[in-house]
Amino acid sequence: MRDEIATVYELSVPGRAGIDLPASDVPATDLPADDVRADCGLPELSQLDVVRHYLALSQRNFGVDSGFYPLGSCTMKFNPKVSEAIASIPGFSATHPLQPAETVQGNLALMFELQQWLAEIGGFAGVSLQPCAGAHGEFAGLLMMRAYHRERGDFKRTRVLIPDSAHGTNPASTTMAGFTAVEVPSNGRGNIDLEAVRAACNDTLAGIMMTNPNTLGLFEERIGEVVELVRDCGGLVYGDGANMNAVVGVVRPGDLGFDVMHFNLHKTFATPHGGGGPGSGPVGVSARLKDFLPGPVVEMAHDSHGPRYRLAMPAKSIGRVSPFLGNFGMFVRAYAYIRQHGAAGLRANSEHAVLNANYLRVRLHDTFTVPFERVNMHEFVCRGAIEGTEVRALDVSKRLLDYGFHPPTNYFPLIVPEALMIEPTETETKPTLDAFVEAMKAIAKEAHTDPALVRAAPYRTPVRRLDEVKAARELVLSDRTKIAAD
Amino acid sequence: MSYVPHTEHERRDMLAAIGVDRMEDLFADVPAQFRFPELKLPAGLAEPDLLRELHAQAARNFPVDPARSFLGAGVYHHFRPATVDYVLSRGEFYTSYTQYQPEVSQGMLQALFEYQSMICRLTGMEVSSASHYNGATAMAEAVLLALNAASGKRSKVVISPAVHPAYREVLKTYLRGMPAAVVAGDEDGTADATRLKSLIDRDTAALVIQNPNFFGQWEPAAELAEAIHRAGGLFIVVADPISLGLFRPPGAYGADVVAAEGQSLGIPPSFGGPHLGIFATRMAHVRRLSGHLVGETVDADGRRGYVLTLATREQHIRRAKATSNICTNSALCALGAAAYLATMGTRGLRQVAELCYQKSHYAAAEIGRLKGFAINPQAPARPFFKEFVVRLPAPVAAINAHLREQHGIIGGYDLGGEYPHLKDHMLIAVTELNTRTGIDQLVTALRKAAT
Repeated sequence: MRDEIATVYELSVPGRAGIDLPASDVPATDLPADDVRADCGLPELSQLDVVRHYLALSQRNFGVDSGFYPLGSCTMKFNPKVSEAIASIPGFSATHPLQPAETVQGNLALMFELQQWLAEIGGFAGVSLQPCAGAHGEFAGLLMMRAYHRERGDFKRTRVLIPDSAHGTNPASTTMAGFTAVEVPSNGRGNIDLEAVRAACNDTLAGIMMTNPNTLGLFEERIGEVVELVRDCGGLVYGDGANMNAVVGVVRPGDLGFDVMHFNLHKTFATPHGGGGPGSGPVGVSARLKDFLPGPVVEMAHDSHGPRYRLAMPAKSIGRVSPFLGNFGMFVRAYAYIRQHGAAGLRANSEHAVLNANYLRVRLHDTFTVPFERVNMHEFVCRGAIEGTEVRALDVSKRLLDYGFHPPTNYFPLIVPEALMIEPTETETKPTLDAFVEAMKAIAKEAHTDPALVRAAPYRTPVRRLDEVKAARELVLSDRTKIAAD
Repeated sequence: MSYVPHTEHERRDMLAAIGVDRMEDLFADVPAQFRFPELKLPAGLAEPDLLRELHAQAARNFPVDPARSFLGAGVYHHFRPATVDYVLSRGEFYTSYTQYQPEVSQGMLQALFEYQSMICRLTGMEVSSASHYNGATAMAEAVLLALNAASGKRSKVVISPAVHPAYREVLKTYLRGMPAAVVAGDEDGTADATRLKSLIDRDTAALVIQNPNFFGQWEPAAELAEAIHRAGGLFIVVADPISLGLFRPPGAYGADVVAAEGQSLGIPPSFGGPHLGIFATRMAHVRRLSGHLVGETVDADGRRGYVLTLATREQHIRRAKATSNICTNSALCALGAAAYLATMGTRGLRQVAELCYQKSHYAAAEIGRLKGFAINPQAPARPFFKEFVVRLPAPVAAINAHLREQHGIIGGYDLGGEYPHLKDHMLIAVTELNTRTGIDQLVTALRKAAT
C-alpha cells in the first residue's frame, strides 16, 4: 500500500498491446505520407496491467463511498447507485446532441421537466441547464446581469458587491464578466454588514452576490433588507447556490427576491463530484432576466400527438456557454434524484442535513470554539487550532486522516482564522457522527499530550505530508520516462 | 425512506442534544412568510418504479446504432474498451472531491498526472491542464490566455470560419466581459487561409484554427503558424485527439496552445455532455494556464507523490485576480480518457485513426459515385481525416428523414444553417464503429432518397 506505484510509462513495454481492433473491411486508401507521425508516444500495456494499475490507484483515493467526508460547502453526500445505472442506459448515453428533435423527445422531455422542477424548487421564472459547473453558472449569471443593465442603456453599473465570506469563484467570475468586485465585511453575528451594503449602494452598482446560507453555515438574518437595498438602487441579486442543500423545500431564493442563482447539481442533487467534475451548474432567473438566459433551452408545445419538445434560444440570450446542451449525463442523475424523493423527501433531506450539522456543532463546541455561534444550517465553522499548543487546523485535519475521516474544509472562510468548515450532510448516521466527534476530541487531547505527533500527521495514509513548495518550484508536470518513441 | 438513515429514536436524541423540540425549530432564521413552501413536484418513487419510468423515458428516443450513424460535427461514436467503465465505476474515484487533501488523493492525482503526460506527448506540447469542461470552453480559455499573454496590448483574435460554429459562439459569450476584444475572420463562412493571413496585424493576440477543420479537412497550418508568429501573436489549434494517433501533432507545426474535445477518448456522446476539455501549451505559458495542474513531488519520507500545484493562479487563492474562475472541471472524464489511452496504447490509437481514415475514404468514394452527389465541393483538393462534406441533390432535412424512417440510419449534419453557401450540404462522419455493411446501406439509402 505504501510503495510507490509505477506510472503507465514506467510499466510500458514496446510491443505490448491492451486491445484488439478489427482489421479494415474496406479497400485501402493511401495515407498522406508527409503528415503521418512515427509514434504518438502513448504507453504500451497489457489489459491486465491497465486494470491492476487503476485498481491500485483507486485504493489510494478516498471518496464518499470510502468514509465520512465532511468537506464544508461541498455537500459530499451519498451518490445513489441507481442514478449511475440510469445515466448509463444506452437510450440516454448513446444519443448525439445534434440529432433532430423528433429523435430525442425522451431527452428533451427530461430536460424540460428538470428546468421546470429547478424553477419550482428555486422560485424562478426560468432555468437554463447550459453551465457545466457552479463557477460556470456564476459567469453566465453575471453576464446576464451585465446584459440586463446594458439593454436598459445603463452603462455605469460596473461594481458587484461580494461578502468577505464568499467562495473565491465569486470574485473570479466577477472579473471574467468585466465587473469590479467590491468586498463587503461581515458583522459580529456572521451576517453581511447591512450598513456597509447601504454605503455601497449607488447608481454604479450592478448587483450583489449572496451565498445564503453563507459560508459560515448561517442563514442571513436580514436577507430581506439586503435584497431591498440592492434592488432599490437598481442592482440585481445573485445567489450562489453552493449551499442550497440546506434549504430545498425550506425556502425559495426567488421568493426572497433573488434575480439569478446557480444550482450545483453535484452538491444539492447528489450527482457525483467525480474527483473534481464533471459537475453541472444550471442557472435560474426571475422574470426580468428570463430572456437573457444562456441557450438553447428546451420548450414545450402541444400538437395532435401530445406534448412536443424543441430547443430554442431565449430572445436576448447571452449566447451559449456550452457547445451543446450542457452536461446532460448529470441532468439524468439529478432528475432521478428529484423524481425519487418528491417534494416531501427533498425537504426531509435538507432538514436532516441541518439536523446533522447542528448535532455536530453542539457535540464539538466545547472542544473547538465556534466563533459565530447560533443555530446553523447545513454546516458550521469552528476554530481548528488547539489553544495553548502549536497544533493548527491543518494538523488537526491531517491527523483526522489517521482516524479514517476526510478532513473538513480548512482555512475557509477567510474571515475565521484557522477555520474548519464542517458539513456532514443528511446521509450520515448518528454513529458515524459520534465516531467523528470522538476522533476530534481525541486529537484535541493528543495536541496537549503529544503535539509533535499531531504536527507530523498523517502516518497511516499512502503517503505522508507532501512537499508542495518543491512541486511548485521544480514543476514536474509530466512523466519524463523514456519510451520507444523518444 | 432510505436516503436519510435516521431512526425516529436517533432523531429525537439529536434534537434533544441540540436543545430544540422539533425539526422546524432549526429554521427560525428563515422569514416566516416564505418558510416551507409547498413545492409542486410529482410524488417520490421507490427505486424499482424509478428504474421502470426512466427506462421508458430513454425508450422515447430513437435507438442509435453506432454502426449506422453518420452524425459527428464535434461529438463521435467511437469504441469504448470495457476497461474504461471498469475504472470509472470505482467509487473511490467518482465519489471523491478535488484533491485538496493529497495524502488521501494520490490515486486520482497520479491518474491525472499520467493523463497530463499522455496529452503532452499526443499533442506535442509541454504542459497540459488536468481538464477543462469541454473542447469549446478550452478553446475560449486558450483565447483568454493569449489576450492575457499580450498584457492588454493586443485586442484582436482572428478565427477561421472553419472552426466549429458552436465553439465560436462560446468564445463570443466568453468575450462579452471584455468589450475591448475583437473577433475577426469568421464573418464570412468562406474565408480561407489567405484571407485569415490578411487580417493578422500587430494588434492580433491569437489566430485560432481547427485542424482537421470543422469540415474534416487539413488546413495549411505551417504557413498560418508562420504568419501569426511573425506578427507576435499566439497560434491556437483545435485538434481531434483521435487524429493525433496517426498524424503530426500541432506541437510539430508551431501551435502555442492546443485545445481539443476529449470525448472521443472513451467518453460516451451522452447528448452532448459531460465531455472533456483538453488544454495543452508550452511551459512559457504555464503561469497563465487556467484550471488545475498536478505536479510531482516527494513526501516527508522522501517517497514520490503528487499534488495540485501552482494554486496561486487559481480562484480559491487569487480570487478576483485569478487566471480563471474554474473550480470543478471534468476530472472524471480525464480519468476515463487516461484509462482509454493506456488501454489503446500507441498502436491501438493509431489503428483507430487508420480505420477512421480508411472507412471515411471508402464512404466518400462510394457516395461520390452517386448521380447528383459531390464530395467536398468547397475544397476538393484538400485531404480529409474522418469527416467530409457531401453536396446533395435535395434538402438535407428531407434526405435525413428518409434515411431514418426508411432505413434506420442517422444521417449527417446539415451545414446550411451555419454556412449559407453550403445549403443542401451534409457533413458526414465515419469512425471505426461504422461497418462496411453500414456504409453500403448508407450509400444505397442515399441513392433511394435522392430519387
